[in-house]
Amino acid sequence: MSIEAVILLVVSSIFINNFVLAKFLGICPFIGVSKKLDSAIGMGIAVTFVLTLSSAAAWFVYTYLLHPYGLDYLKTIAFILVIAALVQFVEMVIRKFSPALYTALGIYLPLITTNCAVLGVAAINVQKEYNLLMSTVYGAGAGLGFTLALILMAGIRERLEDCRIPRALRGAPIAFITAGMISLAFMGFAGMIKE
Amino acid sequence: MVSIIAAILVITGLGFLFGYALALAAKKFAVSKDERAAAIEELLPGANCGACGFPGCAGYAEAIVSSKAEADLCAPGGAASANGIARIMGVSVKSSDERVARVFCGGGSDRTTQKYRYNGLADCFAVHALFDGHLVCSDGCLGFGSCARVCRFDAIDIDAAGHAHINEDRCTGCGLCAKACPRHLIELVNKKKRVHILCRSHLRGAVCNKMCEVSCIACMRCEKICKQNAIHISDNLAVIDYAACTSCGECVAVCNKKCLMQFPSVQSVQGGHR
Repeated sequence: MSIEAVILLVVSSIFINNFVLAKFLGICPFIGVSKKLDSAIGMGIAVTFVLTLSSAAAWFVYTYLLHPYGLDYLKTIAFILVIAALVQFVEMVIRKFSPALYTALGIYLPLITTNCAVLGVAAINVQKEYNLLMSTVYGAGAGLGFTLALILMAGIRERLEDCRIPRALRGAPIAFITAGMISLAFMGFAGMIKE
Repeated sequence: MVSIIAAILVITGLGFLFGYALALAAKKFAVSKDERAAAIEELLPGANCGACGFPGCAGYAEAIVSSKAEADLCAPGGAASANGIARIMGVSVKSSDERVARVFCGGGSDRTTQKYRYNGLADCFAVHALFDGHLVCSDGCLGFGSCARVCRFDAIDIDAAGHAHINEDRCTGCGLCAKACPRHLIELVNKKKRVHILCRSHLRGAVCNKMCEVSCIACMRCEKICKQNAIHISDNLAVIDYAACTSCGECVAVCNKKCLMQFPSVQSVQGGHR
């Protein structure tokens, strides 16, 4: 694995195959926590942390426990186990060191467990047969991409607060329309790099 | 067979490994919670009415523990919860009289004339905004029940003629209805004071007399008969000085317009927590 491949993977996972805007994974926190920039950044960091650790941990579990014994069919349940444990750990750490962020994230923090982007990265790592380094890099890149999407969305939604929006479109509808337009913009990156 | 055992072993092993790691982490990152907050929340009524100015009962309990709030702000909980909270926090609380909401208008569509027939949204604010209400009296109870809708304790009834009646047994004195009245006709008063003037109109007596059956026309009969010197006419309206009033009810007897009202006294004025 050359250094170019790693850089390519990072750029690809942030812009071209952005998990939220191109693969449409992890939409729940993307809509749920993108109302305020502060909590969006916090959520992005938390998800990036979980994603990076979980892709590394999932790689170990798959390579040394599942694959050698022909237990590939157990990978979904095993990955969920890894992710759930990591999310619990992150929750404890955030609660200890930043109670404000803990309250701001609220229910969305334990819901990182069910963030399909996290399971998606682990599954794609197996599918593409990435090694440990590539898996971890891909996890971190996916997390950064998620954070970028969340920050863009939160910035726009904060400005939307001050706009005169037709009553029927206030709240979730305008958020969905905005998400669709950002996603369309990101489609412009498609085809820049062959995956 | 071997693969089944391997599958069970691997998943169980992973479960135990993560469980143990989490248990260790939970000890290392334990957050000490203040037990007093939970105890105080137990004492509060749990209506989450927000009358204390904090987001719900849990928010108020948190605020007390972090000494951002006094112990006696919960109106629905009354003296009972205030004393309990004071005991937990180790502070003394000054005893406050129980308060109850009163509607300061005795009128309604059957006792006053209407300017127009209103067919719109059944909401006091909507009527109030339309040519200053559908009643000729601009200080009369509109009777569309905006107060009854905000009441968390089901203590306000609107009868067919549009009188708002406050059920004293249910009223906790939280004051949400007072904020909901577009004409500010509802006020919190001391529960021990039983005599009130149920009129807010400052118009001249002659005008008031035509407008409404139960309006104060400033005839001064109540002012003259009061032995405590507790009632005075000010700006065409009788006003009671509650500090001096003994709720004897003599003024009620002489009031020709029946706008002075003595509420039947209740046995336990010092009721407390319900």
